[in-house]
Amino acid sequence: MSRLTTWRRIVLYAVLGAGAVTMLVPFLWMISTSVKQPGEVFSTGGGIKWLPEHLFWQDRVVDGVKVRAWWGNYPDAWNEISFFRLYLSSIFVAVVGTFGQVLTSSMAAYAFARLRFPGRDKLFFAYLATMMVPGSVTMIPVFVIMKHFHWINTYQALIVPGLFSAYGTFMLRQFFMGLPSDLEDAAKIDGSGYIGIWARVILPLSKPALATLTTFTFMGFWGSYMWPLVVTITEQFRTLPIGLKYFVGQHATNYTQLMAGSMIALIPVLVLFIFNQRYFVEGIKLSGIKG
Amino acid sequence: MTASRREAMAAYGFLLPNFLGFLAFTSIPVVISLVMAFSHWNIFRPPSWVGLENFQSLLWFRREGGELVVNDPFFWQYVYNTVFLMAGIPVGMAGSLIVALMMNQRLRGIVVLRTVYFLPTVCSGVALLILWKYLYNADIGLINKGVRLIGAAIYASKPLAIVFTVFCAIIFGLAATAAAACVLALVRYMSSKLRREWSEGVLRALVVLTGAATFILIGVYGRSIYAYVAGFFATPPDWLGTVQWSKPSLILMGLWGGLGGYNMILYLAALQGVPTSYYEAAEIDGAGGWAKFWAVTWPMISPTTFFILIMSIIGGFQSGFMTANIMTGGGPAGSTTTVEYYLYQTAFEKFNMGYASAIAWFIFAVILLLTRLTWRIGGKVVVYE
Repeated sequence: MSRLTTWRRIVLYAVLGAGAVTMLVPFLWMISTSVKQPGEVFSTGGGIKWLPEHLFWQDRVVDGVKVRAWWGNYPDAWNEISFFRLYLSSIFVAVVGTFGQVLTSSMAAYAFARLRFPGRDKLFFAYLATMMVPGSVTMIPVFVIMKHFHWINTYQALIVPGLFSAYGTFMLRQFFMGLPSDLEDAAKIDGSGYIGIWARVILPLSKPALATLTTFTFMGFWGSYMWPLVVTITEQFRTLPIGLKYFVGQHATNYTQLMAGSMIALIPVLVLFIFNQRYFVEGIKLSGIKG
Repeated sequence: MTASRREAMAAYGFLLPNFLGFLAFTSIPVVISLVMAFSHWNIFRPPSWVGLENFQSLLWFRREGGELVVNDPFFWQYVYNTVFLMAGIPVGMAGSLIVALMMNQRLRGIVVLRTVYFLPTVCSGVALLILWKYLYNADIGLINKGVRLIGAAIYASKPLAIVFTVFCAIIFGLAATAAAACVLALVRYMSSKLRREWSEGVLRALVVLTGAATFILIGVYGRSIYAYVAGFFATPPDWLGTVQWSKPSLILMGLWGGLGGYNMILYLAALQGVPTSYYEAAEIDGAGGWAKFWAVTWPMISPTTFFILIMSIIGGFQSGFMTANIMTGGGPAGSTTTVEYYLYQTAFEKFNMGYASAIAWFIFAVILLLTRLTWRIGGKVVVYE
């Protein structure tokens, strides 16, 4: 990388900055709408208003019309659908599912990367091949299996099929392959068994890869929409995305509440991202795609 | 027990949980799915074997009054929709690469920019689709409000309007010429495989010719282009509500979301893996920025391009469920229903599990075919160290 001239630097900042604004504008509009009065959203005439007309901390009466506090759409949206229940379900499913998937993937990845056993390469190829099988093919049979176990509309149906991942195994195996073997040998000399090596040597050395897989898996469970829609029936077991979808059905035109509800749904994943993002870029980089 | 046997036993132990899941939720389902594709089953009554009937009504055609009619015209429309929506893939890849090239420079505050660009990926899901449905709203959506504002500002004065129209026409003409150039380059590449080489000069002449033809056409139809652009800014379209705009709108949304996402980070990682000595060697040979990109960067990151392309094809053919379910309901007139959404409707709204499984196997077959094709072409182009 050569040093940049001032002009090129300015051009780069301008282009990247314009892109960044494009990325942010929809979200700003979302926040802006979520603090407006329902009537304000429908004013089709004229310009774009980013700030609501009234920014009151408490409900007030202006010219005989009741005006809500600016944050008022949030408690309304929260109370409208049982957000609390949806949050609990979503968090439970995502945490248990993520923990399970990272656990099983790291165990299998350890066997593939660091242990020798007959049929290893053939089995690994079989795993790789299954990454090609589209979710569309397995979805219906897995639904049938769930039905057979009487697991429809349970947490098991939401969690168990997601506990195993060929992709996670592959990604961690690539990372484990790159670890130096000295520490492993030292642990062997100290009399550690395989479980000890896996838990006390391999896993602690693999923090970036584990953090990345954890974050992606969590995001996958958190945002999952199609599968929960297929296997849940009652509100008790529905996760946040589905609740949000029903919220849309009930409030097709109430955009202030819709945007407030969407904001409420986005906040946890935003917080998770902000805390984990430094691992994130690092983790993808290290788990690159070269064999 | 010998040491190697103990090691093997430990390995099987570590593999067991994952392997059981792999059997229960991948291998066995694939077999079940294959059997189901040859049966009728509505989950309420026991299934019955029907042989090739599902595939026949899905893929085949019949004779009706001397004409050939496909058995399931909806399905072929949805295949067309899916392929149309995948047109965003190459554009998105090029965009991600450009962003990655810019982010790979030594700039202050690059981490902040990277975070902002990744934001749509983090937030992707139902909430984001609801937001975009609102942005695309014909009357109160932000996009149309913006378009109307810009239109009002430009068309207030005639000279400005004319300059703007000319500008739009030039941009459109250049884009069309570039697209034609890409197609011609591809044709040239394929004909060279058939041992019919064209020289570089012929290609250039053809590109210049198509470019000139495009601009002449633009000149001839100048008036109607002016009227069309003015009409667009006066009454912007109902993006998701009209057949001709619904698919481009979804592609645009995908480009916005994917620009700084996983693909960009994969490209960034690949760019950082290119040894600086290669660039230095190219500089000594007198290569400028453009030449360095094509001689060093592009071949060095070709494995990543190849990987992203294959993953995008696999993902692209299975996509479209969430957008259809949340934003458009598959409409208007089925114009945003993809094969995946059709599969969902067939299986979980009409409970026609056998037919849905046949659709799933069609998806599988197409993915395998496309991946194989990409692999065969890519294997000759991709440079591995």
